[in-house]
Amino acid sequence: MSPQPQKAVGSPLSRVDGRLKVTGKAAYAVDHDIPGAVHAVVVDSSIALGRITGIDTSAAEACPGVLKVITHRNAPRLVYRDNPVSNNPRGRRLRVFQDDQVLFFGQPVAAVVATTLEAAQHAASLVEVSYEARQPTTDLAGRPGNPLLNYARGDAEAALASAEVRLDREFHLARNHHNPIEPHATIARWDGDKLTLWDKTQYVIGTQNEAAAVFGIPVENVRVISPFVGGAFGTGLRTWPHVAIAALAAREVGRPVKLALSRRQMYFTVGYRPRYEYKLRLGADRQGRVTAMAHEPTYETSNHETFWEATLFLGQMLYNVPNVSQTLRTVSLDVNTPLWMRGPGFSSTSFCIEVAMDELAHELGIDPVELRLRNEPTRDLSTGQPFSTRRLRECFRVGAREFGWDRRNPKPRSTRDGDWLIGTGVATGCYDTNRARAEAHARLDANGTAVVQSAASDAGPGTYTSMTQVAADALGLAVREVEFRLGDTLMPPAPPQGASQLMASVGSAVQDTCDKLRQQAISLAVGDRRSPLHGVNPDDVVVIGGRLQVKDQPARGETYRQLLARNNLTHLEANGLYNPEAESPYSMYAYSAVFAEVGVDVNLGLVRVRRMLSVYDAGRIISPKLADSQAVGGMVGGIGMALLEHTVTDHRDGRIVNANLADYLVPVNADIRDLRAIYLDGDDRKADPIGVKGLGELVKVGVAPAIANAVFHATGRRVHELPITAEALL
Amino acid sequence: MYPFSYTRVSDLRTAVQAGSDGGRYIAGGTTLVDLMRETVERPGKLVDISALPLREVTATKGGGLRIGALMRMAEVAAHPTVRALYAVISQALELSASAQLRNMATIGGNIMQRTRCTYFRDVTASCNRREPGTGCAAREGFNRTHAILGTSEQCVATHPSDVAVAFAALEATVHLLGPAGERTVAFSDFLLRPDNTPQREQSIRQGELITAVEVPAQPRPLRSGYVKVRDRQSYEFALTSAAVALHVRGGVIQVAKVAAGGVGTVPWKLSAVEQRLIGQRPSEALWTQAAEVAADGAQPLAHNNFKVELLKRTVERQLRVVGGTR
Repeated sequence: MSPQPQKAVGSPLSRVDGRLKVTGKAAYAVDHDIPGAVHAVVVDSSIALGRITGIDTSAAEACPGVLKVITHRNAPRLVYRDNPVSNNPRGRRLRVFQDDQVLFFGQPVAAVVATTLEAAQHAASLVEVSYEARQPTTDLAGRPGNPLLNYARGDAEAALASAEVRLDREFHLARNHHNPIEPHATIARWDGDKLTLWDKTQYVIGTQNEAAAVFGIPVENVRVISPFVGGAFGTGLRTWPHVAIAALAAREVGRPVKLALSRRQMYFTVGYRPRYEYKLRLGADRQGRVTAMAHEPTYETSNHETFWEATLFLGQMLYNVPNVSQTLRTVSLDVNTPLWMRGPGFSSTSFCIEVAMDELAHELGIDPVELRLRNEPTRDLSTGQPFSTRRLRECFRVGAREFGWDRRNPKPRSTRDGDWLIGTGVATGCYDTNRARAEAHARLDANGTAVVQSAASDAGPGTYTSMTQVAADALGLAVREVEFRLGDTLMPPAPPQGASQLMASVGSAVQDTCDKLRQQAISLAVGDRRSPLHGVNPDDVVVIGGRLQVKDQPARGETYRQLLARNNLTHLEANGLYNPEAESPYSMYAYSAVFAEVGVDVNLGLVRVRRMLSVYDAGRIISPKLADSQAVGGMVGGIGMALLEHTVTDHRDGRIVNANLADYLVPVNADIRDLRAIYLDGDDRKADPIGVKGLGELVKVGVAPAIANAVFHATGRRVHELPITAEALL
Repeated sequence: MYPFSYTRVSDLRTAVQAGSDGGRYIAGGTTLVDLMRETVERPGKLVDISALPLREVTATKGGGLRIGALMRMAEVAAHPTVRALYAVISQALELSASAQLRNMATIGGNIMQRTRCTYFRDVTASCNRREPGTGCAAREGFNRTHAILGTSEQCVATHPSDVAVAFAALEATVHLLGPAGERTVAFSDFLLRPDNTPQREQSIRQGELITAVEVPAQPRPLRSGYVKVRDRQSYEFALTSAAVALHVRGGVIQVAKVAAGGVGTVPWKLSAVEQRLIGQRPSEALWTQAAEVAADGAQPLAHNNFKVELLKRTVERQLRVVGGTR
């Protein structure tokens, strides 16, 4: 526990980089003005499986401004070292322009480099590629799949056989794409054998290692810069083929190259939440105690890589179920590889479990909130560990009160408002608290301001702001006196901004670093005969408003500026880190209770979310305003997942049919009405030194099932498929 | 985007001349520029007609309205006379696109807009409308949003406009100016069903320019309105829509104008529904009975079968909204 008063942490600060963003001064990947840069545009495969038999680049090369057309026929051989660092899944990753094979629709088959973007785009449309196409397999439906993971405790089959109540359900979840508003983009510049990349990424170190691996150069020869990211939702956690293409193009033409994917291309090579088929059997007694769950989830992956996400956790730890069996299968298809999307695994799994729990509640005539409380575990049954904190009961209690749950008539189809049937639903949300090693550096200057840095990313959560808050309190400075820098591999290493681990990890490292720096200043003062603090026990000194002072004797002290000036120091600096234990003795998760009210115009098949309330047990909330934007964003994303989002593949040729934002529907402002977030006042020091449990993923988990359960309550119609469309309700 | 030349014209004669010489008219550009970016459209010569004097709503002698082709969607929607006399037009416009697009897009461009069929807009897919003779990928492909009425073997794409549905219901006419002078075409003849020539979408000749859409006089009071059914609350093309206008006198429906959108290869005039309404007294039962024939002749595809029932319900809903529940 920091001895420092916590003033910045917990205050509803506006984003420190907000002004830069709203005035257009924040430079996203492609915005960086790199002298001499030219433009590359990728040509995509129009088949999903086969080989390239010919490429006619003559028309493209004849276009004014075109510098080079790169294909597998003229591209140099690339090294593609094994690289365990950059979130590459098991398998053989796509190697750009290294052979004539086409593995999925939209795979890059050529790149055009030109002096202007317009020339490159036009020339790219003139590249004529001929193929020998084979019939691709892209449909998950009904395919047996390959077992990937198993889990069992107790005897689920026996418990199901003897259960008083049984459910046997099959769920279908559509593929979703991340669709951040900033497309993937990279600028590559070579200086001799040193490569600099300006990249949209959630993990600069991942991009650095992958680029080094692709080109077979030392990791330290690659620098990656990514100060701002215009949303990612997980798509920036891997280094996708276009990064290698940008670097390859830059090397080929001997100039820096800018490459931005088009919106359409954002559906081809940069991951997605995989489609699921999920069989779930559930057994319970008449009191609503769940005695058994048998899970058989299947999701899609590519033929060249085996994607993994955390599909099994929830089924093992969420409820007090003695008998559990799980078989996770993957189906390998002629598609690009999926990638973690907000609440990966958990968002999909929670839909199936939480809809099934709602069905059980309805079947038994037990209130859905009460049913969940009856299945609260006292420890994590998958590990036997105690929970670091688990306050799900409280989430439900507060949520039920604030939402007005007790006014609910439990009978489906019992409330009407004109043409609209009104229903309410509830679901549990949960996501695991991840932490990873992180480092930071802090420097305190003679003018009393500080600069703190770590190679983290800020894809939107507000890392600049939250880290500034942690640093300001640890240093005893005002927020405006602290600058946090991120997004550069020259900075101390940080983990990816994914799996909700960044705040816990980098935040703890920042606190450690700033604690060290403060203590250094305190040591200097108490050892300095000229300081009013000379001889004071360092533990009795705090820093408030940039002034070091005795805790119980505030008049006795001096400022950082006075201390550094008197000692002729330009600055003090410190390095710090957070290095979590490999095995925690605790089961660490963040939790939520999600309540939704929907209106269903059942004659026209319309579903509209009227209001939502989520109550979060997420540990300490560093930055309430940022937390609200996470929560609202997560609920909006959940509304999309529940009602709209669906990447459509034409299985005849593997084409993505709706590769644009007019046909891939996400919620618009008019869909978003009353969303409210409440955070339990928490502080989980068993999880990490700053007491946070992660929020960015949690906020999406449980949203879709709460909506689906509300649709059932409104209409009496149970839908086991996402998204819930008009045709399912007519 | 393919290279193109761009000229601005400020008078009608020059415009028609430029159009006759192979120029492609552009005004708001909200459809054409998108399609050029996707290389679906590759005009060599753009003629910007934004400055032409076609930006007024005027009353016609007979009591109808003439809407200048360059009126912005937002301007027409907000026009007091349009709102007072033809609420269905205002509502159809306000439920279209987004505020930004409505501020740019013109009425002439709106009725000229091309289909949202995703195969049409993907130049790597086969599409008879874009490239005659290449086949229709949508017919056996993903066709949830496609047409159930007016389709052919060649094409099953819907016409995307909302306001065109209102125009079809109200039996508007399109005023054209071409090298051979002025002519008018009934709205029902202006937009063409695909049949065997899906690439021919309008009965417009080379160089012809839409100058106005004229809505004929209707007996007053005319109660009218537009309903649009879609997956999300805003900014989406219709799964189904209905434009309804009714004139009731002496407790009996004297005039009924009904058309549907999102279901046809062109805005779909529902004459059979109109026939069931005329001469009848408004009632819940009448709305149901009239709407029963709304989807007559529908030929659903693998993914849009739901539109058959949804269309009937959409029409029934809007008959009730406009006609009341007496």
